[in-house]
Amino acid sequence: MSSEYVLETKDLSLSYGDNQVVNNVSVGFKEKAVTALIGPSGCGKSTLLRTFNRMNDFIDVFSHSGEVLFRGKDIYNSPLDVTDFRRNVGMVFQKPNPFSSSIKKNITWGPKINGYQGDFDELVETSLKKASLWNEVKDKLNSSGLDLSGGQQQRLCIARAIAMDPSVILMDEPCSALDPQSTAAIEKLITELQENYTIIIVTHNMQQAARISEDTAFMYEGDLVEVGETSQLFSSPEHKLTQDYIGGRFG
Amino acid sequence: MQNQALWSGSRKFQKLKESVVTRILLFCAGVSVLTTVGINLILFLESFWFFKEISVSEFLLSTNWAPLFEPRHFGVIPLVTGTLSVAFGALFVALPMGLGIAVFLSEYASPKLRAVVKPMLEILAGIPSVVYGYFALTTITPFLRSISESVEVFNAASAAIVVGIMVLPTIASICDDTMTAVPKSLREGAFALGAKKFEVVSQVVVPAALSGILASFILAFSRAIGETMAVTLAAGATPQVTLNPFEGIQTMTAYIAQVSMGDTPHGSIEYQSIFAVGLLLFLMTLVMNLMSQYIVKRFARRYE
Ligand SMILES: Nc1ncnc2c1ncn2[C@@H]1O[C@H](COP(=O)(O)OP(=O)(O)O)[C@@H](O)[C@H]1O
Ligand SMILES: [Mg+2]
Repeated sequence: MSSEYVLETKDLSLSYGDNQVVNNVSVGFKEKAVTALIGPSGCGKSTLLRTFNRMNDFIDVFSHSGEVLFRGKDIYNSPLDVTDFRRNVGMVFQKPNPFSSSIKKNITWGPKINGYQGDFDELVETSLKKASLWNEVKDKLNSSGLDLSGGQQQRLCIARAIAMDPSVILMDEPCSALDPQSTAAIEKLITELQENYTIIIVTHNMQQAARISEDTAFMYEGDLVEVGETSQLFSSPEHKLTQDYIGGRFG
Repeated sequence: MQNQALWSGSRKFQKLKESVVTRILLFCAGVSVLTTVGINLILFLESFWFFKEISVSEFLLSTNWAPLFEPRHFGVIPLVTGTLSVAFGALFVALPMGLGIAVFLSEYASPKLRAVVKPMLEILAGIPSVVYGYFALTTITPFLRSISESVEVFNAASAAIVVGIMVLPTIASICDDTMTAVPKSLREGAFALGAKKFEVVSQVVVPAALSGILASFILAFSRAIGETMAVTLAAGATPQVTLNPFEGIQTMTAYIAQVSMGDTPHGSIEYQSIFAVGLLLFLMTLVMNLMSQYIVKRFARRYE
Protein backbone atom coordinates (compact mmCIF):
# COMPACT_ATOMS: atom_id res chain seq x y z
CA MET A 1 0.00 0.00 0.00
CA SER A 2 1.71 3.14 -1.10
CA SER A 3 0.32 6.54 -0.43
CA GLU A 4 1.95 9.92 -0.18
CA TYR A 5 0.16 10.31 3.13
CA VAL A 6 1.38 9.19 6.55
CA LEU A 7 -2.03 9.71 8.03
CA GLU A 8 -5.28 9.73 6.19
CA THR A 9 -8.98 9.70 7.00
CA LYS A 10 -11.70 8.22 4.82
CA ASP A 11 -15.31 9.27 5.24
CA LEU A 12 -14.66 9.89 8.89
CA SER A 13 -17.60 10.98 11.03
CA LEU A 14 -17.25 11.60 14.74
CA SER A 15 -19.96 11.89 17.37
CA TYR A 16 -20.47 12.57 21.04
CA GLY A 17 -23.61 10.57 21.80
CA ASP A 18 -26.21 11.61 19.24
CA ASN A 19 -24.35 14.79 18.43
CA GLN A 20 -22.28 14.32 15.26
CA VAL A 21 -19.56 16.97 15.28
CA VAL A 22 -17.38 15.88 12.34
CA ASN A 23 -19.04 14.89 9.09
CA ASN A 24 -17.60 12.57 6.44
CA VAL A 25 -14.13 14.02 6.42
CA SER A 26 -11.59 12.60 3.97
CA VAL A 27 -8.21 14.21 4.25
CA GLY A 28 -4.56 13.21 4.03
CA PHE A 29 -1.46 14.48 5.78
CA LYS A 30 1.85 14.57 3.89
CA GLU A 31 5.00 13.13 5.37
CA LYS A 32 7.43 15.66 6.86
CA ALA A 33 5.22 18.65 6.32
CA VAL A 34 3.17 20.96 8.49
CA THR A 35 -0.57 20.85 7.95
CA ALA A 36 -2.71 23.46 9.67
CA LEU A 37 -6.30 22.78 10.75
CA ILE A 38 -8.24 26.01 10.89
CA GLY A 39 -11.87 26.94 11.45
CA PRO A 40 -14.11 28.71 13.91
CA SER A 41 -14.31 27.58 17.51
CA GLY A 42 -16.44 24.46 17.99
CA CYS A 43 -16.16 23.26 14.38
CA GLY A 44 -14.57 19.96 15.41
CA LYS A 45 -10.83 20.59 14.95
CA SER A 46 -9.78 19.20 18.32
CA THR A 47 -12.14 16.27 18.03
CA LEU A 48 -10.64 15.36 14.65
CA LEU A 49 -7.08 15.82 15.89
CA ARG A 50 -7.67 13.64 18.92
CA THR A 51 -8.75 10.69 16.79
CA PHE A 52 -5.23 10.53 15.34
CA ASN A 53 -3.81 9.19 18.59
CA ARG A 54 -7.09 7.80 19.86
CA MET A 55 -7.27 10.26 22.75
CA ASN A 56 -11.04 10.26 22.34
CA ASP A 57 -11.08 6.69 23.66
CA PHE A 58 -11.34 8.18 27.15
CA ILE A 59 -14.68 9.81 26.41
CA ASP A 60 -17.44 7.27 26.95
CA VAL A 61 -19.97 8.80 24.59
CA PHE A 62 -17.51 9.22 21.72
CA SER A 63 -18.06 7.13 18.60
CA HIS A 64 -16.79 7.14 15.03
CA SER A 65 -17.55 5.78 11.61
CA GLY A 66 -15.20 5.66 8.65
CA GLU A 67 -11.47 5.02 8.69
CA VAL A 68 -8.31 6.55 10.11
CA LEU A 69 -5.30 5.14 8.31
CA PHE A 70 -1.79 5.35 9.70
CA ARG A 71 0.63 4.22 7.01
CA GLY A 72 -2.26 2.42 5.38
CA LYS A 73 -3.51 0.61 8.50
CA ASP A 74 -6.82 1.47 10.10
CA ILE A 75 -5.94 2.41 13.67
CA TYR A 76 -9.47 1.79 14.87
CA ASN A 77 -10.18 -1.54 13.25
CA SER A 78 -6.95 -3.44 12.79
CA PRO A 79 -5.81 -5.50 15.75
CA LEU A 80 -3.44 -3.05 17.40
CA ASP A 81 -2.41 -2.16 20.89
CA VAL A 82 -3.47 1.43 21.43
CA THR A 83 -0.69 2.23 23.87
CA ASP A 84 1.92 0.82 21.49
CA PHE A 85 0.40 2.76 18.63
CA ARG A 86 0.54 6.04 20.54
CA ARG A 87 4.35 5.90 20.48
CA ASN A 88 4.16 6.82 16.81
CA VAL A 89 2.08 9.90 17.36
CA GLY A 90 3.18 12.56 19.81
CA MET A 91 0.84 15.20 21.12
CA VAL A 92 1.28 18.74 22.40
CA PHE A 93 -1.67 20.23 24.21
CA GLN A 94 -3.29 23.62 24.40
CA LYS A 95 -2.04 24.31 27.90
CA PRO A 96 1.50 23.18 28.74
CA ASN A 97 1.17 20.07 30.93
CA PRO A 98 4.62 19.00 32.11
CA PHE A 99 4.82 16.44 34.91
CA SER A 100 5.67 17.78 38.35
CA SER A 101 8.94 15.83 38.31
CA SER A 102 12.31 17.10 37.10
CA ILE A 103 12.97 18.39 33.59
CA LYS A 104 15.07 15.31 32.95
CA LYS A 105 12.37 12.91 34.10
CA ASN A 106 9.80 14.72 31.99
CA ILE A 107 11.86 13.65 28.97
CA THR A 108 12.85 10.17 30.06
CA TRP A 109 9.54 8.96 31.48
CA GLY A 110 7.89 8.11 28.16
CA PRO A 111 10.90 6.31 26.67
CA LYS A 112 11.50 4.47 29.95
CA ILE A 113 8.04 2.96 30.23
CA ASN A 114 8.17 2.09 26.55
CA GLY A 115 11.38 0.13 26.96
CA TYR A 116 13.92 2.50 25.39
CA GLN A 117 17.33 0.81 25.35
CA GLY A 118 19.62 3.72 24.49
CA ASP A 119 21.49 6.21 26.60
CA PHE A 120 19.09 8.38 28.56
CA ASP A 121 21.41 11.35 29.18
CA GLU A 122 22.05 11.57 25.48
CA LEU A 123 18.33 11.34 24.78
CA VAL A 124 17.63 14.19 27.19
CA GLU A 125 20.25 16.36 25.53
CA THR A 126 19.22 15.71 21.93
CA SER A 127 15.51 16.06 22.67
CA LEU A 128 15.99 19.35 24.47
CA LYS A 129 18.28 20.59 21.71
CA LYS A 130 15.72 19.72 19.06
CA ALA A 131 13.12 21.62 21.08
CA SER A 132 15.50 24.63 21.36
CA LEU A 133 15.38 24.42 25.12
CA TRP A 134 18.78 22.92 25.93
CA ASN A 135 20.70 26.15 26.43
CA GLU A 136 18.13 27.50 28.85
CA VAL A 137 17.87 24.43 31.06
CA LYS A 138 21.11 22.49 30.74
CA ASP A 139 22.23 23.63 34.19
CA LYS A 140 19.01 22.75 35.98
CA LEU A 141 17.93 19.43 34.55
CA ASN A 142 16.99 18.24 38.02
CA SER A 143 14.67 21.08 38.89
CA SER A 144 10.93 20.71 38.47
CA GLY A 145 9.37 21.13 35.04
CA LEU A 146 6.82 23.37 36.70
CA ASP A 147 9.49 25.94 37.58
CA LEU A 148 9.84 26.93 33.91
CA SER A 149 7.98 29.75 32.21
CA GLY A 150 4.89 28.94 30.15
CA GLY A 151 6.77 29.07 26.84
CA GLN A 152 9.58 26.92 28.21
CA GLN A 153 7.06 24.43 29.61
CA GLN A 154 5.49 24.11 26.19
CA ARG A 155 8.89 23.50 24.59
CA LEU A 156 9.55 20.93 27.31
CA CYS A 157 6.32 19.21 26.28
CA ILE A 158 7.51 19.26 22.67
CA ALA A 159 10.86 17.81 23.75
CA ARG A 160 9.00 15.13 25.70
CA ALA A 161 7.06 14.21 22.56
CA ILE A 162 10.20 14.21 20.40
CA ALA A 163 12.01 11.91 22.82
CA MET A 164 9.58 9.15 21.83
CA ASP A 165 10.82 9.46 18.24
CA PRO A 166 7.32 9.67 16.77
CA SER A 167 6.59 10.09 13.08
CA VAL A 168 3.65 12.40 13.64
CA ILE A 169 3.29 15.24 16.15
CA LEU A 170 -0.18 16.59 16.87
CA MET A 171 -0.48 20.10 18.26
CA ASP A 172 -3.74 21.52 19.54
CA GLU A 173 -3.44 25.33 19.64
CA PRO A 174 -0.01 25.02 21.28
CA CYS A 175 0.49 28.78 21.46
CA SER A 176 -2.90 29.91 22.67
CA ALA A 177 -1.73 30.18 26.28
CA LEU A 178 1.57 31.89 25.42
CA ASP A 179 2.87 35.43 25.01
CA PRO A 180 3.94 36.67 21.54
CA GLN A 181 7.65 36.04 22.16
CA SER A 182 7.16 32.43 23.25
CA THR A 183 4.77 31.98 20.33
CA ALA A 184 7.44 33.16 17.90
CA ALA A 185 9.93 30.73 19.45
CA ILE A 186 7.52 27.82 19.05
CA GLU A 187 6.65 28.77 15.47
CA LYS A 188 10.34 28.83 14.59
CA LEU A 189 10.73 25.47 16.26
CA ILE A 190 7.83 23.98 14.28
CA THR A 191 9.38 24.97 10.96
CA GLU A 192 12.61 23.29 12.06
CA LEU A 193 10.83 20.16 13.20
CA GLN A 194 9.03 19.58 9.91
CA GLU A 195 12.28 18.33 8.40
CA ASN A 196 11.91 15.20 10.48
CA TYR A 197 8.30 15.00 11.55
CA THR A 198 4.82 15.16 10.13
CA ILE A 199 3.09 17.92 12.03
CA ILE A 200 -0.62 18.58 12.28
CA ILE A 201 -1.41 21.79 14.08
CA VAL A 202 -4.77 23.17 15.11
CA THR A 203 -4.79 26.92 15.28
CA HIS A 204 -7.32 29.69 15.29
CA ASN A 205 -4.63 32.15 14.34
CA MET A 206 -4.71 32.42 10.55
CA GLN A 207 -1.48 34.37 10.31
CA GLN A 208 0.17 31.54 12.17
CA ALA A 209 -1.27 28.98 9.78
CA ALA A 210 -0.06 31.06 6.84
CA ARG A 211 3.42 31.46 8.34
CA ILE A 212 4.24 27.91 9.27
CA SER A 213 2.18 25.43 7.28
CA GLU A 214 2.60 23.86 3.89
CA ASP A 215 -1.00 22.67 3.66
CA THR A 216 -4.11 24.03 5.31
CA ALA A 217 -7.48 22.39 5.94
CA PHE A 218 -10.45 24.61 6.69
CA MET A 219 -13.32 23.16 8.68
CA TYR A 220 -16.73 24.63 9.29
CA GLU A 221 -19.45 23.12 11.49
CA GLY A 222 -17.96 19.65 11.22
CA ASP A 223 -17.44 19.73 7.47
CA LEU A 224 -14.09 19.83 5.77
CA VAL A 225 -14.77 22.76 3.47
CA GLU A 226 -11.46 23.04 1.70
CA VAL A 227 -7.96 21.63 1.89
CA GLY A 228 -4.90 22.47 -0.15
CA GLU A 229 -1.57 24.24 -0.30
CA THR A 230 -1.56 27.04 2.24
CA SER A 231 -0.43 29.72 -0.21
CA GLN A 232 -3.13 28.66 -2.64
CA LEU A 233 -5.86 28.48 -0.01
CA PHE A 234 -5.07 31.88 1.40
CA SER A 235 -4.60 33.70 -1.90
CA SER A 236 -7.41 32.20 -3.93
CA PRO A 237 -9.79 30.10 -1.89
CA GLU A 238 -12.28 28.06 -3.87
CA HIS A 239 -15.17 28.36 -1.47
CA LYS A 240 -17.04 31.44 -0.39
CA LEU A 241 -16.99 30.21 3.26
CA THR A 242 -13.21 29.91 3.23
CA GLN A 243 -12.90 33.33 1.75
CA ASP A 244 -15.18 34.82 4.39
CA TYR A 245 -13.31 33.10 7.20
CA ILE A 246 -9.80 34.04 6.15
CA GLY A 247 -11.10 37.48 5.29
CA GLY A 248 -12.07 37.79 8.94
CA ARG A 249 -15.78 38.12 8.29
CA PHE A 250 -16.55 35.58 11.06
CA GLY A 251 -14.69 33.36 13.44
CA MET B 1 -32.14 60.87 47.19
CA GLN B 2 -33.59 63.91 45.57
CA ASN B 3 -37.00 63.29 47.09
CA GLN B 4 -36.45 62.79 50.84
CA ALA B 5 -40.11 62.01 51.53
CA LEU B 6 -39.93 58.62 49.74
CA TRP B 7 -37.05 57.30 51.88
CA SER B 8 -37.13 56.44 55.56
CA GLY B 9 -34.93 58.63 57.67
CA SER B 10 -32.41 57.17 60.07
CA ARG B 11 -33.07 53.38 59.63
CA LYS B 12 -32.66 52.91 63.39
CA PHE B 13 -33.97 49.36 63.47
CA GLN B 14 -31.55 48.09 60.83
CA LYS B 15 -28.64 49.65 62.64
CA LEU B 16 -29.69 48.00 65.88
CA LYS B 17 -30.09 44.65 64.12
CA GLU B 18 -26.59 44.95 62.65
CA SER B 19 -24.98 45.55 66.02
CA VAL B 20 -26.94 42.74 67.72
CA VAL B 21 -25.97 40.24 65.00
CA THR B 22 -22.33 41.29 65.22
CA ARG B 23 -22.37 40.76 68.99
CA ILE B 24 -23.97 37.32 68.73
CA LEU B 25 -21.38 36.21 66.18
CA LEU B 26 -18.58 37.58 68.35
CA PHE B 27 -19.99 35.63 71.28
CA CYS B 28 -19.98 32.38 69.26
CA ALA B 29 -16.37 32.92 68.28
CA GLY B 30 -15.55 33.80 71.87
CA VAL B 31 -17.03 30.56 73.22
CA SER B 32 -14.81 28.44 71.01
CA VAL B 33 -11.70 30.40 71.97
CA LEU B 34 -12.57 30.30 75.67
CA THR B 35 -13.22 26.55 75.55
CA THR B 36 -9.86 25.90 73.97
CA VAL B 37 -8.07 28.14 76.43
CA GLY B 38 -9.98 26.61 79.35
CA ILE B 39 -9.24 23.03 78.38
CA ASN B 40 -5.56 23.77 77.92
CA LEU B 41 -5.40 25.65 81.19
CA ILE B 42 -6.86 22.76 83.16
CA LEU B 43 -4.68 20.29 81.28
CA PHE B 44 -1.54 22.23 82.16
CA LEU B 45 -2.62 23.05 85.71
CA GLU B 46 -3.49 19.49 86.76
CA SER B 47 -0.38 18.19 85.01
CA PHE B 48 1.62 20.76 86.93
CA TRP B 49 0.37 19.29 90.23
CA PHE B 50 1.16 15.83 88.93
CA PHE B 51 4.70 16.77 87.97
CA LYS B 52 5.28 18.27 91.41
CA GLU B 53 5.10 14.72 92.78
CA ILE B 54 6.47 12.74 89.87
CA SER B 55 9.48 14.00 87.98
CA VAL B 56 9.14 14.52 84.26
CA SER B 57 12.04 12.19 83.62
CA GLU B 58 10.48 9.38 85.64
CA PHE B 59 7.22 9.91 83.79
CA LEU B 60 8.80 9.90 80.34
CA LEU B 61 11.64 7.42 80.79
CA SER B 62 10.59 4.58 83.04
CA THR B 63 8.73 1.59 81.77
CA ASN B 64 6.56 0.63 84.69
CA TRP B 65 2.99 1.95 84.71
CA ALA B 66 1.18 0.95 87.91
CA PRO B 67 -0.75 3.98 89.05
CA LEU B 68 -3.67 2.41 90.91
CA PHE B 69 -2.06 0.22 93.56
CA GLU B 70 0.97 0.30 95.82
CA PRO B 71 3.81 0.61 95.11
CA ARG B 72 2.77 3.12 92.48
CA HIS B 73 4.79 3.68 89.35
CA PHE B 74 4.24 6.35 86.74
CA GLY B 75 6.41 5.41 83.75
CA VAL B 76 4.28 6.30 80.73
CA ILE B 77 6.26 4.33 78.17
CA PRO B 78 3.96 1.25 78.21
CA LEU B 79 0.96 3.47 77.44
CA VAL B 80 2.85 5.24 74.65
CA THR B 81 4.04 2.01 73.06
CA GLY B 82 0.53 0.58 73.43
CA THR B 83 -0.90 3.62 71.70
CA LEU B 84 1.70 3.61 68.96
CA SER B 85 1.41 -0.10 68.30
CA VAL B 86 -2.35 0.22 67.82
CA ALA B 87 -1.91 3.34 65.67
CA PHE B 88 0.81 1.86 63.46
CA GLY B 89 -1.11 -1.40 63.23
CA ALA B 90 -4.18 0.54 62.18
CA LEU B 91 -2.20 2.34 59.48
CA PHE B 92 -0.76 -0.97 58.34
CA VAL B 93 -4.35 -2.04 57.67
CA ALA B 94 -5.75 1.26 56.45
CA LEU B 95 -2.99 2.69 54.23
CA PRO B 96 -2.91 0.12 51.47
CA MET B 97 -6.65 -0.40 51.59
CA GLY B 98 -7.52 3.29 51.76
CA LEU B 99 -5.17 4.17 48.93
CA GLY B 100 -6.46 1.22 46.93
CA ILE B 101 -10.07 2.30 47.42
CA ALA B 102 -9.17 5.86 46.40
CA VAL B 103 -7.32 4.74 43.28
CA PHE B 104 -10.22 2.52 42.35
CA LEU B 105 -12.82 5.21 42.94
CA SER B 106 -11.03 8.04 41.19
CA GLU B 107 -9.45 6.14 38.29
CA TYR B 108 -11.27 2.90 37.59
CA ALA B 109 -14.85 2.99 38.89
CA SER B 110 -17.67 4.03 36.61
CA PRO B 111 -19.59 7.11 37.77
CA LYS B 112 -22.48 4.81 38.74
CA LEU B 113 -20.39 2.55 40.94
CA ARG B 114 -18.69 5.57 42.44
CA ALA B 115 -22.09 7.01 43.34
CA VAL B 116 -22.78 3.84 45.34
CA VAL B 117 -19.41 3.25 46.99
CA LYS B 118 -18.68 6.80 48.16
CA PRO B 119 -21.80 7.11 50.36
CA MET B 120 -21.05 3.67 51.81
CA LEU B 121 -17.66 4.96 52.92
CA GLU B 122 -19.35 7.88 54.59
CA ILE B 123 -21.67 5.51 56.43
CA LEU B 124 -18.60 3.64 57.64
CA ALA B 125 -17.35 6.94 59.05
CA GLY B 126 -20.64 7.55 60.82
CA ILE B 127 -20.79 4.34 62.86
CA PRO B 128 -20.33 5.08 66.59
CA SER B 129 -17.00 3.87 67.89
CA VAL B 130 -18.57 1.78 70.66
CA VAL B 131 -20.13 -0.33 67.90
CA TYR B 132 -16.69 -0.82 66.40
CA GLY B 133 -15.42 -1.83 69.81
CA TYR B 134 -17.99 -4.59 70.17
CA PHE B 135 -17.42 -5.59 66.57
CA ALA B 136 -13.77 -6.14 67.50
CA LEU B 137 -14.66 -8.08 70.65
CA THR B 138 -17.36 -10.26 69.15
CA THR B 139 -16.07 -10.78 65.61
CA ILE B 140 -12.43 -9.87 65.02
CA THR B 141 -11.04 -11.31 68.27
CA PRO B 142 -12.89 -14.65 67.97
CA PHE B 143 -11.65 -14.85 64.38
CA LEU B 144 -8.05 -14.24 65.45
CA ARG B 145 -8.44 -16.77 68.26
CA SER B 146 -9.77 -19.34 65.83
CA ILE B 147 -6.51 -19.03 63.93
CA SER B 148 -4.27 -19.35 66.95
CA GLU B 149 -5.10 -20.26 70.53
CA SER B 150 -2.32 -18.09 71.87
CA VAL B 151 -4.27 -14.95 71.03
CA GLU B 152 -5.53 -13.34 74.21
CA VAL B 153 -9.14 -12.16 74.68
CA PHE B 154 -7.94 -8.58 74.82
CA ASN B 155 -5.21 -7.92 72.29
CA ALA B 156 -3.58 -5.12 70.35
CA ALA B 157 -4.06 -6.71 66.92
CA SER B 158 -7.83 -6.75 67.19
CA ALA B 159 -7.83 -3.10 68.27
CA ALA B 160 -5.46 -2.16 65.45
CA ILE B 161 -7.63 -3.85 62.85
CA VAL B 162 -10.79 -2.19 64.03
CA VAL B 163 -9.18 1.24 64.30
CA GLY B 164 -7.80 0.65 60.80
CA ILE B 165 -11.34 0.13 59.56
CA MET B 166 -12.42 3.25 61.40
CA VAL B 167 -9.83 5.53 59.76
CA LEU B 168 -10.25 3.91 56.34
CA PRO B 169 -12.90 6.42 55.19
CA THR B 170 -10.65 9.34 56.16
CA ILE B 171 -7.79 8.07 54.03
CA ALA B 172 -9.92 6.85 51.13
CA SER B 173 -11.99 9.98 50.91
CA ILE B 174 -9.14 12.52 51.16
CA CYS B 175 -6.96 10.56 48.72
CA ASP B 176 -9.89 10.21 46.33
CA ASP B 177 -10.54 13.94 46.46
CA THR B 178 -6.92 14.92 45.81
CA MET B 179 -6.53 12.39 43.01
CA THR B 180 -9.77 13.46 41.35
CA ALA B 181 -8.44 17.02 41.51
CA VAL B 182 -5.35 16.10 39.44
CA PRO B 183 -6.01 17.83 36.10
CA LYS B 184 -7.18 15.73 33.19
CA SER B 185 -4.55 17.33 30.98
CA LEU B 186 -1.79 15.72 33.04
CA ARG B 187 -3.23 12.25 32.52
CA GLU B 188 -3.70 12.92 28.81
CA GLY B 189 -0.10 14.05 28.54
CA ALA B 190 0.96 10.73 29.98
CA PHE B 191 -1.36 8.63 27.82
CA ALA B 192 -0.13 10.48 24.74
CA LEU B 193 3.35 9.13 25.50
CA GLY B 194 2.10 5.58 25.16
CA ALA B 195 1.63 4.96 28.87
CA LYS B 196 -0.67 2.27 30.15
CA LYS B 197 -3.40 2.99 32.65
CA PHE B 198 -1.66 1.74 35.76
CA GLU B 199 1.57 3.50 34.76
CA VAL B 200 -0.34 6.75 34.54
CA VAL B 201 -2.10 6.17 37.84
CA SER B 202 0.93 5.06 39.84
CA GLN B 203 3.60 7.26 38.27
CA VAL B 204 1.74 10.44 37.38
CA VAL B 205 -1.52 10.75 39.29
CA VAL B 206 -0.34 9.50 42.70
CA PRO B 207 2.83 11.65 42.73
CA ALA B 208 0.79 14.67 41.69
CA ALA B 209 -1.58 14.03 44.59
CA LEU B 210 1.21 13.22 47.03
CA SER B 211 0.65 16.12 49.41
CA GLY B 212 -2.98 15.20 49.99
CA ILE B 213 -2.14 11.52 50.32
CA LEU B 214 0.56 12.11 52.95
CA ALA B 215 -1.68 14.53 54.80
CA SER B 216 -4.45 11.93 54.92
CA PHE B 217 -1.99 9.38 56.37
CA ILE B 218 -0.97 11.72 59.15
CA LEU B 219 -4.53 12.75 59.87
CA ALA B 220 -5.50 9.09 60.06
CA PHE B 221 -2.56 8.42 62.37
CA SER B 222 -3.50 11.21 64.72
CA ARG B 223 -7.09 9.99 64.76
CA ALA B 224 -5.88 6.48 65.52
CA ILE B 225 -3.84 7.82 68.44
CA GLY B 226 -6.87 9.63 69.83
CA GLU B 227 -9.38 6.83 69.37
CA THR B 228 -10.68 5.71 72.76
CA MET B 229 -13.80 3.59 72.91
CA ALA B 230 -12.90 0.85 70.47
CA VAL B 231 -9.38 0.39 71.83
CA THR B 232 -10.60 0.35 75.43
CA LEU B 233 -12.96 -2.47 74.57
CA ALA B 234 -10.67 -4.45 72.31
CA ALA B 235 -7.14 -4.00 73.61
CA GLY B 236 -7.77 -4.35 77.33
CA ALA B 237 -6.11 -2.68 80.31
CA THR B 238 -2.70 -4.27 80.67
CA PRO B 239 -0.06 -1.57 80.49
CA GLN B 240 2.99 -3.39 79.17
CA VAL B 241 5.69 -2.99 76.58
CA THR B 242 5.39 -5.89 74.18
CA LEU B 243 6.11 -6.67 70.56
CA ASN B 244 3.50 -9.40 70.50
CA PRO B 245 0.33 -7.94 68.95
CA PHE B 246 -1.74 -10.79 70.31
CA GLU B 247 -1.25 -9.78 73.94
CA GLY B 248 -3.34 -7.26 75.80
CA ILE B 249 -1.99 -3.72 76.16
CA GLN B 250 -3.31 -0.41 77.36
CA THR B 251 -3.34 2.77 75.32
CA MET B 252 -3.13 6.29 76.67
CA THR B 253 -6.76 6.98 75.87
CA ALA B 254 -7.90 3.69 77.38
CA TYR B 255 -6.12 4.57 80.63
CA ILE B 256 -7.80 7.97 80.73
CA ALA B 257 -11.18 6.34 80.14
CA GLN B 258 -10.54 3.73 82.81
CA VAL B 259 -9.67 6.29 85.49
CA SER B 260 -12.43 8.69 84.50
CA MET B 261 -15.06 5.99 84.78
CA GLY B 262 -13.82 4.71 88.13
CA ASP B 263 -14.33 6.44 91.48
CA THR B 264 -10.93 8.04 91.71
CA PRO B 265 -11.06 11.00 94.12
CA HIS B 266 -10.33 14.45 92.69
CA GLY B 267 -6.94 15.79 93.64
CA SER B 268 -5.37 12.36 94.05
CA ILE B 269 -2.22 11.55 92.17
CA GLU B 270 -3.90 8.99 89.93
CA TYR B 271 -6.57 11.56 89.09
CA GLN B 272 -3.89 14.07 88.14
CA SER B 273 -2.03 11.43 86.15
CA ILE B 274 -4.77 11.33 83.52
CA PHE B 275 -4.11 15.00 82.82
CA ALA B 276 -0.41 14.35 82.41
CA VAL B 277 -1.19 11.53 79.99
CA GLY B 278 -3.75 13.75 78.26
CA LEU B 279 -1.19 16.52 77.92
CA LEU B 280 1.31 14.17 76.32
CA LEU B 281 -1.38 12.88 73.95
CA PHE B 282 -2.31 16.45 73.08
CA LEU B 283 1.31 17.30 72.27
CA MET B 284 1.64 14.17 70.12
CA THR B 285 -1.42 15.00 68.00
CA LEU B 286 -0.37 18.65 67.84
CA VAL B 287 2.99 17.64 66.37
CA MET B 288 1.18 15.34 63.91
CA ASN B 289 -1.09 18.13 62.75
CA LEU B 290 1.78 20.57 62.36
CA MET B 291 3.65 17.95 60.36
CA SER B 292 0.71 17.40 58.07
CA GLN B 293 0.39 21.14 57.47
CA TYR B 294 4.08 21.35 56.67
CA ILE B 295 3.88 18.41 54.28
CA VAL B 296 0.89 19.84 52.47
CA LYS B 297 2.83 23.07 51.96
CA ARG B 298 6.09 21.38 51.09
CA PHE B 299 4.72 18.94 48.55
CA ALA B 300 1.85 20.95 47.16
CA ARG B 301 2.31 21.36 43.42
CA ARG B 302 1.16 24.37 41.55
CA TYR B 303 -1.46 23.03 39.21
CA GLU B 304 -4.15 25.48 38.26
N1 LIG C 1 -16.11 15.64 25.58
C1 LIG C 1 -17.12 16.13 24.83
N2 LIG C 1 -18.39 15.69 25.03
C2 LIG C 1 -19.41 16.18 24.30
N3 LIG C 1 -19.28 17.10 23.34
C3 LIG C 1 -18.05 17.58 23.08
C4 LIG C 1 -16.91 17.12 23.82
N4 LIG C 1 -15.82 17.77 23.36
C5 LIG C 1 -16.26 18.60 22.38
N5 LIG C 1 -17.60 18.49 22.21
C6 LIG C 1 -18.41 19.22 21.23
O1 LIG C 1 -17.94 18.93 19.94
C7 LIG C 1 -17.93 20.07 19.13
C8 LIG C 1 -16.57 20.28 18.53
O2 LIG C 1 -15.66 20.56 19.57
P1 LIG C 1 -14.10 20.70 19.32
O3 LIG C 1 -13.64 19.55 18.51
O4 LIG C 1 -13.46 20.91 20.64
O5 LIG C 1 -14.04 22.04 18.45
P2 LIG C 1 -12.80 23.00 18.15
O6 LIG C 1 -11.56 22.34 18.63
O7 LIG C 1 -12.83 23.19 16.68
O8 LIG C 1 -13.08 24.28 18.85
C9 LIG C 1 -18.39 21.22 19.99
O9 LIG C 1 -19.75 21.48 19.70
C10 LIG C 1 -18.24 20.72 21.39
O10 LIG C 1 -19.24 21.25 22.20
MG1 LIG D 1 -10.20 22.95 20.16
